[in-house]
Amino acid sequence: MTTRPVIRAARFVLAHVPDLVYAGSKPRRETAARGRDVRAQIRSRLRTFREAVAYAPHQVMIGNQAPEALWDLPRPWHLHSPAEAPCEGPAGAVVDQPTFYAWLARADTARLIRFDEAFVAEAGPLVRGADLATASPDALRSAVASGAEPIGDPDGRGIGVLLPGHAQDESLAARVLLENLATKATGALALRRLLDGVAGDEPVDFLLGCGEEAVGDRYQRGGGNLAKAIGELAGIRTAGGADVKAFCAGPVHALIIAGSLVASGLHRRVVVVAGGSLAKLGMKFLGHLASGYPILEDVLAGVAIDVAGDDGRSPIINLDAAAVHRVGDGGAPHQMAAVLTQAPLRARGLRLSDVDRFAVELHNPDITEPAGAGDVPQRNYKMIAALAAQAAEIDREGIPAFVRRHGLPGFSPTQGHIPSAIPYLPHAIAGLTTGRCRRVQLIAKGSLFLGRMTEMADGASFLLERNAG
Amino acid sequence: MDLEEQDAIRRVAESGARERMLVLLGTPTAGSTLMTALTLSQGDPSYAGPLAGIPLGLPSYHILEDGVREAIPPDVYDREIGPLEFVLDKAGIVTALEKVRTGTPSS
Repeated sequence: MTTRPVIRAARFVLAHVPDLVYAGSKPRRETAARGRDVRAQIRSRLRTFREAVAYAPHQVMIGNQAPEALWDLPRPWHLHSPAEAPCEGPAGAVVDQPTFYAWLARADTARLIRFDEAFVAEAGPLVRGADLATASPDALRSAVASGAEPIGDPDGRGIGVLLPGHAQDESLAARVLLENLATKATGALALRRLLDGVAGDEPVDFLLGCGEEAVGDRYQRGGGNLAKAIGELAGIRTAGGADVKAFCAGPVHALIIAGSLVASGLHRRVVVVAGGSLAKLGMKFLGHLASGYPILEDVLAGVAIDVAGDDGRSPIINLDAAAVHRVGDGGAPHQMAAVLTQAPLRARGLRLSDVDRFAVELHNPDITEPAGAGDVPQRNYKMIAALAAQAAEIDREGIPAFVRRHGLPGFSPTQGHIPSAIPYLPHAIAGLTTGRCRRVQLIAKGSLFLGRMTEMADGASFLLERNAG
Repeated sequence: MDLEEQDAIRRVAESGARERMLVLLGTPTAGSTLMTALTLSQGDPSYAGPLAGIPLGLPSYHILEDGVREAIPPDVYDREIGPLEFVLDKAGIVTALEKVRTGTPSS
């Protein structure tokens, strides 16, 4: 039996972890090169939890505001936050550092964390029931000298340390394991949140991991299946799992595969899941400091997306209008855009103007612009508009209006696979059910060349359509 | 233009091929067009690279210029360049090249 696959819901959890910014790749490298002053500079510009919650792009991520509201909000957006904002919304939540640490503790199935005795005493209810190994401050210092990774501000108070998984295995070095545990914890936070809010009584058959972290040991550095580990931590027992790897394009590839698994009848419910990227915390902090901005890359983002059979209401993944960038396709920006946006539409007899909204890489421009990376979504939307102009759907002068009508401002934290189209999903689902939208196209691209195995980029897209019932 | 690229172009020019060389740019902005064309005609204006003080005098053209476009089969141009001419600042790029050709890059 076959069914049409739908996306019922998507949930995002942003874990605000200012004390882990120092463990990001860029802050770590700058500290190694220029000393502890780098950490002092970062510390002076870290946000409080309240500031991170009230930050307008985060309110869009958790569904309390529509992305379009950002068009009219003056930038930089951190100067225009309300004093207070809810930390929970229909599309997810922002959680604080103690909550994240509690999940990190539960995620540590290998029991490699040695907790500061004082932290455990203070954390009390948050870690109740967890069997935690503690150590004295002297023992923790000595562990760091032997290769353990501090968890928290290395110059201040942390919660403890993470021991290496193996003395001689670089794939199990403590800093690698901290990245992987952070991903596992934030992925599980998002998955738990999804299942607490959506059809909690229906079993999940399969979990598809789509994050970018490499989980494995020296014999299989990217062995994977973090999906199952995330499922275990989130308390799921019914699901199997596997990971899909495609750099930032992973989530859209995973959604196409999830839709196919449901359409085929192999599984009834598939959840696409990913945790956040510790390595990317503080990635552009030099630009933010130079611009007088706070450190805006201080959240780890987890996501869980619910794919199920047709319920007569939720928007449909139109697999006939799914596209992938093939090996032989051109790699120039306009060629990728044509393959991923225009070609699948044309095959269905549709024009670019027939799509209400395009969801592209939705990087927050306040994060990318101070570092010289420009406004990523606007660049993508301009390219789609240029394709529409080339196809004579609009004239050249109509490009800015097309961008505003069919595009979106960027609002996602720069967490690698997270910004790739999917942050719009909660808003797309609302627009395609209770709103007036008919079609939303999700488009993701991945920088495969970063891994040095090819000079190619990658991409995938699909059309999400209103369910006529 | 990075230092290695400057050095590679200098070596080719000094190998005796300079009279047969011209530059075809695909630079994305007026500013990057101006800097690259200047470097390859009058020498590295930042005096940081191997072409500092070495005016190769190479003529520069840009892929978006009408004269270049006319020299390329339309189907090839459409496939390889296509809508980029809607996206990039063609007028600014052409003006930048005119400045380099008339020797008034600072005006």
